[in-house]
Amino acid sequence: MSASSDVGYHAQRQARWHYGEAAFWLIVLACGFVFPTRYLIMTDILRLALFAMSLDLILGYAGIVSLGHAAFFGVGAYAAGLLALHGIINEPVLALVVAGLVAMVLGFATSFLVIRGVDLTRLMVTLGIALLLEALAERFSNITGGTDGLQGIEMQPIFGEIPFDMFGKTGFFYSLAVLFLLFLFARRVVHSPFGLSLRAIKNNPLRAAAIGIPVNRRLIAIYTLAAFYAGIAGALFTQTTAIASLDVFAFERSADLMLVLVIGGTGYLYGGLVGAVLFRMLQELFSTITPQYWQFWIGLVLVVIVLVGRQRLHRWVLYVPNLVIRQIAGRKAVVAVPESDA
Amino acid sequence: MTSILTNLFDGVAYGMLLFVLACGLAVTLGLMNFVNLAHGAFAMAGGYVCMVLVNRMGWPFFAALPLAFVSSAAIGIVLERTLYRHLYARSHLDQVLFTIGLTFMSVAAVDYIQGSSRVFINLPAALQGQFDVFGVGIGRYRLMIIVICGLLTIGLQMVLAKTRFGSRLRAAVDDPRAASGLGINVPQVFAFTFAFGCGLAGLGGALSAEILGLDPYFPLKFMIYFLIVVTVGGSSSITGPFLASLLLGIGDVAGKYYVPKMGPFVIYTMMIVILIWRPNGLFGRTAAR
Repeated sequence: MSASSDVGYHAQRQARWHYGEAAFWLIVLACGFVFPTRYLIMTDILRLALFAMSLDLILGYAGIVSLGHAAFFGVGAYAAGLLALHGIINEPVLALVVAGLVAMVLGFATSFLVIRGVDLTRLMVTLGIALLLEALAERFSNITGGTDGLQGIEMQPIFGEIPFDMFGKTGFFYSLAVLFLLFLFARRVVHSPFGLSLRAIKNNPLRAAAIGIPVNRRLIAIYTLAAFYAGIAGALFTQTTAIASLDVFAFERSADLMLVLVIGGTGYLYGGLVGAVLFRMLQELFSTITPQYWQFWIGLVLVVIVLVGRQRLHRWVLYVPNLVIRQIAGRKAVVAVPESDA
Repeated sequence: MTSILTNLFDGVAYGMLLFVLACGLAVTLGLMNFVNLAHGAFAMAGGYVCMVLVNRMGWPFFAALPLAFVSSAAIGIVLERTLYRHLYARSHLDQVLFTIGLTFMSVAAVDYIQGSSRVFINLPAALQGQFDVFGVGIGRYRLMIIVICGLLTIGLQMVLAKTRFGSRLRAAVDDPRAASGLGINVPQVFAFTFAFGCGLAGLGGALSAEILGLDPYFPLKFMIYFLIVVTVGGSSSITGPFLASLLLGIGDVAGKYYVPKMGPFVIYTMMIVILIWRPNGLFGRTAAR
């Protein structure tokens, strides 16, 4: 038995769909029917989940720490807004893809800057790019609307058939469909040999290069893909809320995104989805307790998570489910601790 | 011509201020390779302490400045001993998350205690206004900043170059393992330097209230500036960050004066270009750490 077939066996087993995953998506879909009054917040969560999934692709799988992921979100948001506002592309789905592609082009262009240097340089460059775009958007306020943002965006019906309604029902199912499709694609990507090579790069770039993985090309590819995802998330933001303002580029957005991913856990795709739900719930909770100062508690959560240790935290969270599984099924726990990044 | 000189003067003052604010971060990043995004929070603490002492308790401005230093240094040492030191061995991601968390907490806490509007420190009359030297307008306050920060820089350089502590610190920066092998208590050196850096940031925060503006969002607004100083200047000496601060200060003031529409655009572009060109900073060592 060679080691390579062994690796292939494990990789294939991991790539298989579990019942839990199907149940997860059914529950998400069911939420759309069970809580008809909460479409707006649920759409918000879906957008955030997609955005977090995008960061997970580069952070959890490729190990690139980015402090400026909002750059792509913002570009996607403005692209979608401008396309709709000037009537260039009226069909939302097509506009969504185009906005994603615009962000993707930017991601491709900036990836060459990001793959250079070590963690700190990457942090600075990603942060710098986001700030640069924010400054640009402010500078060209005749196009972007400046601090007022783009106003008066009218969304046309999806495929020319399904109009957006004021309760956000269309928006929710539209976002859910987009999220699910992109999730399927991301799932395919991370379980492919390409995705496995990314993990190898994350664990040890030098060793990965030594066994013949073209490190830089792989990083450029995943960074570009993540930019596409973030752009789509931004475009969804504009399309479902019909506004795009300067704060899409804000540092807080990138920082919050990190928190989302840290709450959910990195490197297993569901982290972003779970994290988005928990983050929004936390935010709601904190802002009902102290409307103005919820940021304090968000900060505290971050500090505590880091001090306790993300791995330990995930073990604690999964302790009860694993115990139940062991008792009932009488076999080894199936809910594994998500692969954490070093 | 005179406007160029006035701008140059303002830029130098601004740059000196940035240096005092950021040089603590240079040590944190250089010595322990610790990404401290919360550095601005210490500066803000110093600024608010000074404001409370001067405005509410009627202390003279120059008496409040040392206290701004001491209080920030005290907060720094407490946090270093209780929280920061657990994170030195962690990944950069953990450090970033932790310090972002601290920054958020400090922003909200100051907002809660002091309100969200910008605060001003009542300056003594001697520091207000400006006078002309050969037609060049020199602000008194800015002149004072240049004097104080210039003296501090010379002092720091002397301490680093001439004293025993300075050589220990330089040894620890160059190679922590070899330094501890030689019997240097690296954690202690670091704790002390960290506190001192926080104190300097606090002093800088107190001085900057007049120029940069002091409000609860100070740590977030100027985080990028501190990071630019350190990453562009490199962390192998204090000359690098010093020159980088001057460059940044002059560039920013000139940029705002001559191409006001480009705003901060110039600075960010400069930073990205420099980092691409020399990932370890303009004055840093070429070898990757």
